[in-house]
Amino acid sequence: MRDPKPDHELPPALDGPDLDAMLARTWADPRGFGGWFAHVDHKSIGRRYITTAFIFFLLGGLLAAVMRLQLARPDNHIVGPDLYNEIFTTHGTTMMFLFAVPMMQALGIYLVPLMVGARAIAFPRLVAFSYWLYLAGGIFLFVSFLLNAGPDTGWFAYAPLTELAYTPTKRADVWAQLITFTEVSGLAVAVSIITTAFKMRAPGMSLNRVPIFVWAQVVISFMVIFAMPTIALASTALILDRLVNTHFFDPTRSGDALLWQHLFWFFGHPEVYIIFIPATGLVATIVTTFSRRPMFGYLPIVLSLVSTAFLGFGLWVHHMFATGLPELGESFFTAASIMIAIPTGTQIFCWIATLWSGRVTIATPLQWVLGFFVIFIIGGMTGVMVASVPLDSQLHDTFFIVAHLHYVLIGGAVFPLFGAFYYYFPKITGRMLDPRLGSLSFWLFFTGFNLTFFPMHVLGLWGMPRRIYTYSAATGWGTLNLVASLGAVLLAAGVITFIVDAIVGLRAGAPATDNPWNAGTLEWATSSPPPAFNFAHPPTVRGRDPLWDNHPDQPVVVGLRSDVRDVLVTHVLDAEPDHRLEFPEPSPWPFWTAIATTGLFIWSIFTPWGVVYGAIPVFIAMVGWFWPKRPGETGTQAWPIRHRTLPKPHEAPGAVAAR
Amino acid sequence: MKGKSATLDVSGLPPGAFGYRSLMWWGTMGMILIESTVFGLSIAAYFYFRSRSLTWPPSNVVPPALRWGTLNTFVLLASAIPNELAKRAAERIDLRATRLWLVVCLAFGVAFNVVRGMEFTALNTMWTTDAYGSIVWLLLGLHTTHIITDVLDTAVLTVLMFVGPVEELRFVDVSENSLYWYFVVFAWLPVYGVIYWAPRLM
Repeated sequence: MRDPKPDHELPPALDGPDLDAMLARTWADPRGFGGWFAHVDHKSIGRRYITTAFIFFLLGGLLAAVMRLQLARPDNHIVGPDLYNEIFTTHGTTMMFLFAVPMMQALGIYLVPLMVGARAIAFPRLVAFSYWLYLAGGIFLFVSFLLNAGPDTGWFAYAPLTELAYTPTKRADVWAQLITFTEVSGLAVAVSIITTAFKMRAPGMSLNRVPIFVWAQVVISFMVIFAMPTIALASTALILDRLVNTHFFDPTRSGDALLWQHLFWFFGHPEVYIIFIPATGLVATIVTTFSRRPMFGYLPIVLSLVSTAFLGFGLWVHHMFATGLPELGESFFTAASIMIAIPTGTQIFCWIATLWSGRVTIATPLQWVLGFFVIFIIGGMTGVMVASVPLDSQLHDTFFIVAHLHYVLIGGAVFPLFGAFYYYFPKITGRMLDPRLGSLSFWLFFTGFNLTFFPMHVLGLWGMPRRIYTYSAATGWGTLNLVASLGAVLLAAGVITFIVDAIVGLRAGAPATDNPWNAGTLEWATSSPPPAFNFAHPPTVRGRDPLWDNHPDQPVVVGLRSDVRDVLVTHVLDAEPDHRLEFPEPSPWPFWTAIATTGLFIWSIFTPWGVVYGAIPVFIAMVGWFWPKRPGETGTQAWPIRHRTLPKPHEAPGAVAAR
Repeated sequence: MKGKSATLDVSGLPPGAFGYRSLMWWGTMGMILIESTVFGLSIAAYFYFRSRSLTWPPSNVVPPALRWGTLNTFVLLASAIPNELAKRAAERIDLRATRLWLVVCLAFGVAFNVVRGMEFTALNTMWTTDAYGSIVWLLLGLHTTHIITDVLDTAVLTVLMFVGPVEELRFVDVSENSLYWYFVVFAWLPVYGVIYWAPRLM
């Protein structure tokens, strides 16, 4: 079928420890300080992403602690109004853009290739670039905050407040450019995850056998692709208004401030689902494992994820009921907002059915998931309340909304996330966590959370507006605010317990086996932690939970080269083997490209010429990135062009030999 | 899982493939989806402003002059021919023809960038005038960013095809680059329609 291969192309006939050693050499990321910037292993990038996002979670939490301290009693003056504005804006911005979305995508970077049985993530250098850009954006925000240039107009940065006339400082530009950093990096990850999940699955993993978490990652990656450009466009328009006197949001020159709200929430509402959907994927994974049975209603769950994504784009106006839109529009968006309870309810009933009919073991990860049920359902119910226009008009911009959004986001995302930390810690680190500390952490967090945020519903109903830096004793809001602040202490204690547990676990935790929870998905088919190449022989599958339902003699993939980074590419629908592909070597150029892009972004806050001149180093770094190395330079062998061909879309693939 | 007897031997598979079978196609389509969204939203913003204004364009502005924009539409559409030929040459792994058609593409690319410069002089509004001017400049600027980056990345690829190292996968890159080129060409049609014809016809 093909020309005989030159010798150097023949896969060395290795097996067992020899093969592992060869693969480990081939797939190793470079060592040392310089090498650290060249990593392309999705597990290395994923760990960095997870750690970095967790640090931003702690920083955002510290800012929240300052707010709770400030609001603990009436007429408090620990921080003044200006600093308070910066604090709540930086808190919200950090939690949404530097913690929640990157953390969910980080889990995807780490887990999706493992779950689909691939040796690597698609476009590994792009993922590395995305990490560096994200890190640079986060540092940029916090350095600005320390320089008293932190954004101060709320995490949704409404025009016209953010226009030059009302925010003459650089604070609004810092916010707008942070958005650009995080959106570019989020988009890069989305493209990589879609490609990995569609084209690099283990043979046999047809679309109806893809793990639910991978489906969730695919769904949010598409949402990212359609939602994040909106906010990038909006923040660009805002910077243009501020820098070169365009009039997008300026009503005096036929611009329109409400356009900002439309663009922002067309992104901002899907954003909530971008955070929530992967969390439901985690819930499904954990529920399946600890119920000891396949997920009940796989198909309705996947369809719910997809329909949630579609509906999520039709809800944005419910954030704008208070702007006086036409009544018909408001009714439409009320209906859409209530409708989204249907797919969410479907998922919840499927999880309950799975638990009900399974043999449940209550381990720490499941504990967090059960906490999620309670809190998220409360958050969902207040969501149905504020979906109605009259109630929303009353409660808009009060602490009721603060309570609702924290019940939805912490309940819907942070609880499953902590469950996932406990669930995946053994896989990622090779060590077990202490279940007693885990349980303590859960109860402290759960109790603290409810004490902090439940009173805010009441405060909101009493009329306490959000974003006020203090209030007078005559309002009578003091007691409940004090309760909320004390609750925050418990909540913080829960997080600290988790950190202690993690540090102790890293140092002295019991070694983890490959599959400590007896789970069914492929990430547990390799060692804990997985080797750089993930699978010496990539697996094949014949069911949704391969480790549970694979044949004892299930074939494994052989014939991939071990002397280069060879991966198997499969077809989209049924994951039949299609071709092999040599993946790129580690490279520092994604790092340099991110540095150059950071220069461009920051420069462009000060002058439009920053975009022009800043593009030159970006271009140079990208050429360095894309330029292939010469043969022999790294051990990569280029195929000399003789009369070779590659198949086109409609041509038959090469031969696969099943033995 | 560790069964030694049952294996699926993939060593006979080709080291790459063209079109939607390749990872590059999926990466490129991802980029195209992202940027189509940006174009779509910018056009939506244009009509949003229009719905908020009693006259369009507002304040008796003359619509952009048709000459340069229309000329450029033809130049862009014509560039699809060498682009298709470059794609086909790449899919035959024909290095000489690939080089030739990439160079022709680049010549077209330089041409439509030059004409684009003329287009900016004929918009009959400035970005500082009002929101109409801002959105028109944004739309044209957005597409200009695309034609500049498309020409730059095609130039890099062309140089690579001349000085090497060239292996089969580079031909996949050429093939997917032509997909992006098509996107840049066809994304222009709605933008052209909005900038030049929406203020006249609607």
